[in-house]
Amino acid sequence: MELQITWFILWGILWAVYFMLDGFVLGAGMLHGIVAKNDGERRVVINTFAPVWDGNEVWLITAGGATFAAFPTTYALMFSYLYTALLLLLFALIVRGVSFEFRSKLESERWKGAWDTAIQVSSFLPAILFGVAFGNIFKGLPMDASGYHGTFFYLLNPFGLLTGALFVLLFAVHGALYLAAKTNGEISDRALTMAKRFWPFSLVVAAGFLVAAYPATRLYDNYLRLPALLVIPLLAVVFLLLIRIFAAKGKVIAAFTASCATIVLVVATGLTGLFPNLIPSSIDPVYSLTVFNSSSSQYTLGIMTVVALIFLPIVIAYKIWVYRIFRAKVTISEVLGDEQAY
Amino acid sequence: MDVVGLSRLQFAVTSMFHFIFVPLTLGLSILVAFMETRYVRTGDEQYKEMARFWGRLFLINFALGVVTGITLEFQFGMNWAEYSRYVGDIFGAPLAIEATLAFFLESVFIGVWIFGWDKVSKTFHAVSIWIVALATNLSALWILLANGWMQKPVGYVLRNGRAEMVDFMAMVTNPYGLMKFAHTLFSGYVLAGFFVLGVSAWHLLRKNHTDFFTRSFRIGSIFAVAAILLVLLTGDYSAVLVAKNQPAKFAAMEALWETEKGAGINILTIPDTDNERNRVEWLRIPKLLSYLAFHTTDGVVLGLKEFPKEDRPPVIPTFFSFRIMVGLGLLMLFIAVIAAAKNFRGTVEKHPFFLRLLVYAIPIPYIANQLGWLVAEIGRQPWIVYGVLRTSDAVSKSIDATQVVISLAGFTLLYGFLGILDIFLLTKYARKGPEDRSPVGVTLAKEV
Repeated sequence: MELQITWFILWGILWAVYFMLDGFVLGAGMLHGIVAKNDGERRVVINTFAPVWDGNEVWLITAGGATFAAFPTTYALMFSYLYTALLLLLFALIVRGVSFEFRSKLESERWKGAWDTAIQVSSFLPAILFGVAFGNIFKGLPMDASGYHGTFFYLLNPFGLLTGALFVLLFAVHGALYLAAKTNGEISDRALTMAKRFWPFSLVVAAGFLVAAYPATRLYDNYLRLPALLVIPLLAVVFLLLIRIFAAKGKVIAAFTASCATIVLVVATGLTGLFPNLIPSSIDPVYSLTVFNSSSSQYTLGIMTVVALIFLPIVIAYKIWVYRIFRAKVTISEVLGDEQAY
Repeated sequence: MDVVGLSRLQFAVTSMFHFIFVPLTLGLSILVAFMETRYVRTGDEQYKEMARFWGRLFLINFALGVVTGITLEFQFGMNWAEYSRYVGDIFGAPLAIEATLAFFLESVFIGVWIFGWDKVSKTFHAVSIWIVALATNLSALWILLANGWMQKPVGYVLRNGRAEMVDFMAMVTNPYGLMKFAHTLFSGYVLAGFFVLGVSAWHLLRKNHTDFFTRSFRIGSIFAVAAILLVLLTGDYSAVLVAKNQPAKFAAMEALWETEKGAGINILTIPDTDNERNRVEWLRIPKLLSYLAFHTTDGVVLGLKEFPKEDRPPVIPTFFSFRIMVGLGLLMLFIAVIAAAKNFRGTVEKHPFFLRLLVYAIPIPYIANQLGWLVAEIGRQPWIVYGVLRTSDAVSKSIDATQVVISLAGFTLLYGFLGILDIFLLTKYARKGPEDRSPVGVTLAKEV
């Protein structure tokens, strides 16, 4: 297999895993003011993901680094074309990380209240921005030989916003299910109710996305060429339905697992349609950035392949191990008894 | 200011702000790991309290280091797209490797360390902070290899309209990158040593937890002395590499205008860039500059006039940053040696004046660290990749000055605000001292 294709797959895996893992942190962050009713419960919510959020965010840094190393031209143009959107994303991610660490460092209602708001806003923003960004990448950016002809507000087109809404809703359901699985009693019940309440919206928007993608993007080209690939979006829909079935039965861990699969398959659906493009040009496909015309040299791709194939499995192994260390549900007494907890 | 100037200013603001937090992370992670290891080995609870107290300060500092680091990775593409496109084939690799090898380890095991006190064994808990320490130091290696490549590009050819990697090992073993790694790393250790000394001194002055902070003081002083010696050693080697590979930077560092054989150093120099000479040159030590550059007293040091004006770095900031950095380095050597000596004589507490001085000395290594980066990065101008790509050709074509003004203002406000909060929290928890884990304190906590 050509190394460019290998790297397209690895690139897709990095994004899929990032959205699967940070998706529940973003979702739980968005909902933490609604699911939790008092300071103790809010701390429980934050501490469900406290040991792992930083490690989850590193998948984004690695996806960014991999784009730089494997597809430098795409990295350069994507990041400079989406300047303002990425700026907002950075501000949100910075505020989010600091909020977790700072929130419980001072016993003051106002201090904690301010950070709680910060957590909600800085969790919502990345979700919608990633959605808008990927929606526009699927759609293609107005670019030609002389550069980029859009602005930040151009990105807020209907298809971009629809994809943004899809990300927000999938992450909200995902985060709510994570909270339901990681807590007990009332918090868990409220979180599960929240997941059920958001789920129908995610279904409607997902259906809207699949329909709108036909006129708005060229994502279906690959599927029409190779209909067997349709199994990917089909499975995405199946798992999305399974979420609701498991949630109705109160099987939260199964519902959360289905939600993980849904997010991975949604990313896979989009990227399978995108291939071999990384950023299509909406002006003329001649100007599209593909895995072939924007990649690093074979030598660099070879080195990076060796690094990735050796180290990513190791990373995944110790991550699973650490998730197992923290698999227990988080309780109020535990959080209050630990002065290092968030 | 144009897009290039604004983008440079933004990169300076964001990377220098990031580097307020990084050096303490590099050094303090090792000290905390050492303290916890002592606890596991000896069972002495006080070492555990030390690991927890210094560990908490470590974490408050660490949080800002982590979140401000993402900006840097994104900024290469956002503001320096031409650079990223031109050198991404070789420059992207160390960044991706840094994330894969170091960031994952660091971020996963810091979680184990913070939240795993009751969930993993004592030994494994200590191992996890060692992994964090190792990973932060490893991440420094890769990012400094990347920076070293910008200073002295190796292992590439110009092909297909860009720089392509042909020799990965050349980049990994680039002496310039390895030297930068060592010098930066030890500078971080010095900073951590001074941090521990300063905070301990504050408490010793007030007779708080005297035993606890005397022990901390001992660890800090030994660490600081060892580290500052290594900083001076690697600094000396840096000068040799700079003189050899970046002669214009070297000339600017010493404001040397005319090429000289057996060049000396003036204790006081005031450069006059308009007339390409020095207004004041006072107290000359003959042949010292040649010696520093080539380790031989009659080496020929190239003067700035050898280089066309458009190839010279800005002299004033390079010169003064270097000079003040070296001055502060020597000052820190002096302070650290006294601290270690007083510690060995066991007379630390009897010198309130010196203890107060140590509290005020906390900012010194911070300033020296920042100045070191100014020398490295301003001295490299007008090149972004030395001799290969000019900074003015590296900026993104698709962004305009307004966008960068807005982002620069945003970063300045956000970082300023977060910086103030971080210093506030660090001061609060540094002053609070160790947790009260005596039987009385624990009972009280439970009743509350």
